[in-house]
Parts: sequence; structure tokens; C-alpha cells
Amino acid sequence: MNALIVAPVVVPLTTLLLGVAFRPHHAIVKAISVVGAIALLLVGLRLVLLAADDVVLAAQMGGWQAPYGITLVIDRLSAAMVAITGVIGMATVLYGMVRKGDADVLRNFHLFVHGLLAGVCGAFITGDVFNLYVWFEVLLIGSFALIALGGGRRRLAGTMTYLVLNLFATLVFLMSAGLIYSATGTLNMGELGLIFRAGEVPPAATLAVVMMLLAFAIKAALFPVFGWLPASYHVAWTPVSALFAGLLTKVGVYALIRLVTLMWPDYGDVHEVLLWVACATMLVGVLGAAAQNEVRRILSFHIVSQVGYMILGLALATPLAIAGAVFYLIHHIVVKANLFFICGLAARLTGSERLAAMGGLYAKAPWLAILFAIPALSLAGIPPLSGFWAKFVLVKASLADGFWWAAGVALVTGIFTLLSMTKIWNESFLKAHPQGEQAIKPLEDIRWAWWAVSALALLTVLIGLGAGPVMNYAIAAAGQLAEPAAYFEAITHPGGR
Amino acid sequence: MELLAALTAGGLAGIGMWLLLDRNLIRVVLGVAILGNAINLAVLTAGRFAGADVPFVTATSIPPDPVNPLPQALVLTAIVIGFGLFAFALAVLKSVRESHGITTTDRVTEVTEEAAPDQEEPGFPSGQDDEDRVHAPGGRR
Repeated sequence: MNALIVAPVVVPLTTLLLGVAFRPHHAIVKAISVVGAIALLLVGLRLVLLAADDVVLAAQMGGWQAPYGITLVIDRLSAAMVAITGVIGMATVLYGMVRKGDADVLRNFHLFVHGLLAGVCGAFITGDVFNLYVWFEVLLIGSFALIALGGGRRRLAGTMTYLVLNLFATLVFLMSAGLIYSATGTLNMGELGLIFRAGEVPPAATLAVVMMLLAFAIKAALFPVFGWLPASYHVAWTPVSALFAGLLTKVGVYALIRLVTLMWPDYGDVHEVLLWVACATMLVGVLGAAAQNEVRRILSFHIVSQVGYMILGLALATPLAIAGAVFYLIHHIVVKANLFFICGLAARLTGSERLAAMGGLYAKAPWLAILFAIPALSLAGIPPLSGFWAKFVLVKASLADGFWWAAGVALVTGIFTLLSMTKIWNESFLKAHPQGEQAIKPLEDIRWAWWAVSALALLTVLIGLGAGPVMNYAIAAAGQLAEPAAYFEAITHPGGR
Repeated sequence: MELLAALTAGGLAGIGMWLLLDRNLIRVVLGVAILGNAINLAVLTAGRFAGADVPFVTATSIPPDPVNPLPQALVLTAIVIGFGLFAFALAVLKSVRESHGITTTDRVTEVTEEAAPDQEEPGFPSGQDDEDRVHAPGGRR
């Protein structure tokens, strides 16, 4: 039991260390990387199967009892997030299996990806605020190395923006962790949850937790602190952008969901603020996308907009709404990462990612057009794809709570999303290539990327067609979030396990 | 003692924020470093300075008036992480300044807003700089 609970962190870290040990041999490093990614995916699937049987894994690290030691907890939400991290990690590693290019850079790519995955998985399984900070730092250093990978003027400028603003957010997080410890005497999430749910909270503690929510809001790219995301995601190499788009902001969203549900299970002031923030995030993100004319910049603004939906679910605080947020989280990671991958392939064919310089793909590469249409329509919420069910549940939950304007914003955002996807479709796929059909290059060196993209598209369709079981899982996950017994048990029965 | 440390942390944080808001990139990076250290001090202070003895518990004795070791452990972790990130930030700073002539935050924004270079794949790490492939209006200053 104990081995499985630390596996989401140990597997990528071991992969990283083995990779470093064999770093002169590029082929071996790539093989290790693939094996590591498969292992992480299998660990994630095993955790999901366990969680689906209502097994909640919890352990104290180093034998120190809570609240002194670090608690690790894997419930349904954590298990699902680890599994989806495994999926995206696998797809990224496969997409990165190209032969051309600087061999050292391509080798380093695999190493950094696993470093980042370790940080992401660590953040998903920890039950301790300071430990969460440490995992944020681990994924941050991995992401810094990845976004700067390959160098170049434009990319390093984007790295600078990303670096400074993310460091600032992390420092805010560190400060709030210190203040929480000062005000409550604990950093254990379970004990914090018990203190907040009991209702006798020192004002300083509330202030400190709100400061921490601000740090997570920057990480999750919520309005009005999302500016760093569209200013930096478009400069990186395609699989790096896709990995970031899929996972990084979602770690912030996960942290928000985890802490807000733990501390304030019922609708209150925090939820009201989050509700407004969510609506503003959805609208501003999607309107920002409308003004862009490069594929990845459009998609970057859509990340912001889509995060708003998840926060909408969190803010409504009903079991159905939180289940919707969890479902949205799972659906969005797959779809968004896949769109970045596909647009990378489209840019490889047409030689540009500026919409004006693209075109002719529908005639020349119809299979790519189909692969684009699946996640694009899913993102916009067209039935029967996964995005439809995610949006349907959130809109239903808003209306059930009487927040008809929030439901309206969600639906309008959906229409604008469809508009953006149509723009990409018209410009890159339908219209003729500005330099004629012969300008479209043949696809080489693509076998692995093709597998990755197809598998993610298939997963989108499966989540859409099998929405029932996935939604049942999400509803049970929301139930666990409302009653996080595993978190509290570590405090109330120390040494009980 | 807590008051003095808290005021120091507040002053340092103020200096850090002031530097962060500067246009000059060197000052921005230094601002992050100073703000980081201010926060390290603040976290240490937030854990109180009570106690006088080293908190070593042995099989035979428990110190009568131990200090709280937890804030120290937290700050030690934060210092190590902060050092690593600062070193990386300096490396990026050196590269954007010396190789690419970017010295202000305005210029950073300008360069990232440039149109995507037309190449085989966006950002493919081909090993060569994408500088001469950029068709940026205005060009390099």
C-alpha cells in the first residue's frame, strides 16, 4: 500500500535519475523516458481503479504522525489527476520522439519532462500545505527549463516573463504558508480543514488562506492575474506548450478545488468572489482569443477562458457543480493538450502558425482535419463529445442554484469558443494555402506524434460516449471532497492506520 | 525581537517590490531575490522566537525550553529552492541581455509579441537561433 501511494512521485523521479545516469546515450535515455511514462500511466490507472472501489490511500511519511509529519492522501480526485498526468506525459514523450534537431536538446527534453511530471504528481497527492509549496517549486524549475529549451530571442524573452511572474506567485504562496503556520500552528490540510469547518478561525488565518488562494489564482491564470499565460505559452516548442497547456494551470485549479472544498464546504463569501472571478475569466479569456491571429495564441487565451468554467463549478459549491468541475478538469486536460499537439503538426505541414500563412490542410491532410475537429468541437461543447457533458452539468448546476447569469456567461463563452475554433478551421484547413498547394510539406518523422494525437482524440470521444461512468466517478469524487474523511482521520486518529 | 525582524522583513519586501516594478531587467531579477529573502525572514519570524535550547530530543533527556525547529526547517528548504531558482533567473537574464540585447521589461513584451517565425515547426529546437528568421516589424533596437 505504501509503495503505491508514493509511486506517482517515485516513478518520474527514478526515470529522471536513470536518464541522467545514461545521459551520453541518447537512445537509452529515450527508451527510459518511454518506459517511465508508461509506468506512470499504469500507476495512475491502478490508482483510479482502486479509487473507483472507494479505497482512499493515506500515509504518513517517515513514520511521523500527523500533524507533525507529511500526510499523503490519494482520493478519487487525486487518482484521476495522476492518471491524466500519466496520459499527457505519455503523449508528450511520444510527440518528442523526433529524429531531426539538436540531439542534446532533444535528450534534455525527456529529462525535464519527467522532472516536471514528478512535481505535478507530487502536488496532486500531498496533504500538507508546505509540501504542496515544495512540489510547486519542483514543477516550476522543470517548467523553466522546458520553456527555455532550444533558446532563441523570442523564447528567452517569453521565459523571462514566465519566470518572474511565476516566481512572484510562488513567493506569495510561501509567505501565506508561513502566515498560516503562524496563525493556526499547523500546515496539515486535514487539521486546517477541521479548524475552518469548526468555525472558530482566527482572522489572521482567514487572511493567510485568502492570500494562498491568490497565489493559486495566479497559477491557475484567473482573471485578473492571468496575464503571464498568453504572454509566454506561445514561445515554447509544441510539446512543451501542450504539456503546459494540459497540466500546469490545472495544478493551480486542483489546489483551489482541494483547499476551498476542504475549508468552506458550503457557499459563502469566498465562493461569491470566486463566482464573479470565474465569469470574468471565461469572458475575458474568450474575448482575448478573438483578437489573436496565431494558432497557439488563440489556444492560450482559451486556456484562461476554460479555467473559468472549472472555477464556476467550484464557486457554486453544490455536489453537482463540483462534480462538473472535476469532469471539466479531466476533459479539458486531454482536449487542450491535444489541440496544441495538432496545431504543432499543422504548423509543421504548412510552415507557419500564423493563420494568414496557413491553409490547404483539408485537401492535403484530411485525417489531420478530422483529428482537429474532434477536440475543437469538444472544446466548444458540441454533443456528444466530452465538452458538451462538462458544460451541460455546469450550466444545469448554475440554473439549479438560481445563478442564471452565470449560466448565461457560460453559454455565451461556448458560442465564442466555437467562433474561435471556426476561425482556425477556416484559415488553416479550408482556405487554400497562400503559396499554393505545393508549399505544403510532406509529413516525415511523425509516427509517434500521430499515435499520441490519435490516442488523445480517441480518449476525448470515449469520455464523451462513456460520459455516464466518468460522471459517476466525478460525482463520487465531489462527495469525497465534501466529506474528506481520509484527511481528517489522519488528525483525529493519529497512528490509526 | 519579533518586532525588529518583522519590520526588517517588511522593509526588505518593500525594497523587493519596488525593484520588481522597475523597467530595468536586472533590477527586476534582483527584486525577486530580495523579496524572496524578505519572505524567508518573515516565515522564520512568523514561527516566533520563543525558546532557548537546541531542540534535540535524546533517549535520556528532553530539553526544558526548546526552540521550534519547524519554521527553521521550512525556511532552510525555501532558501535552497530560492537559491536554485535565482541562479536560473540570472542565467536567463545574462542570455537575454548579452546575446539578444534585451535590457528592459518593455522590450521583453515587444519581443514576445512578435509574429511567430515561419519555420518548419514552431519552436523546434533545431539548435540554431531563430533570430534571423523573425520577420518583426521594427526589428532589433
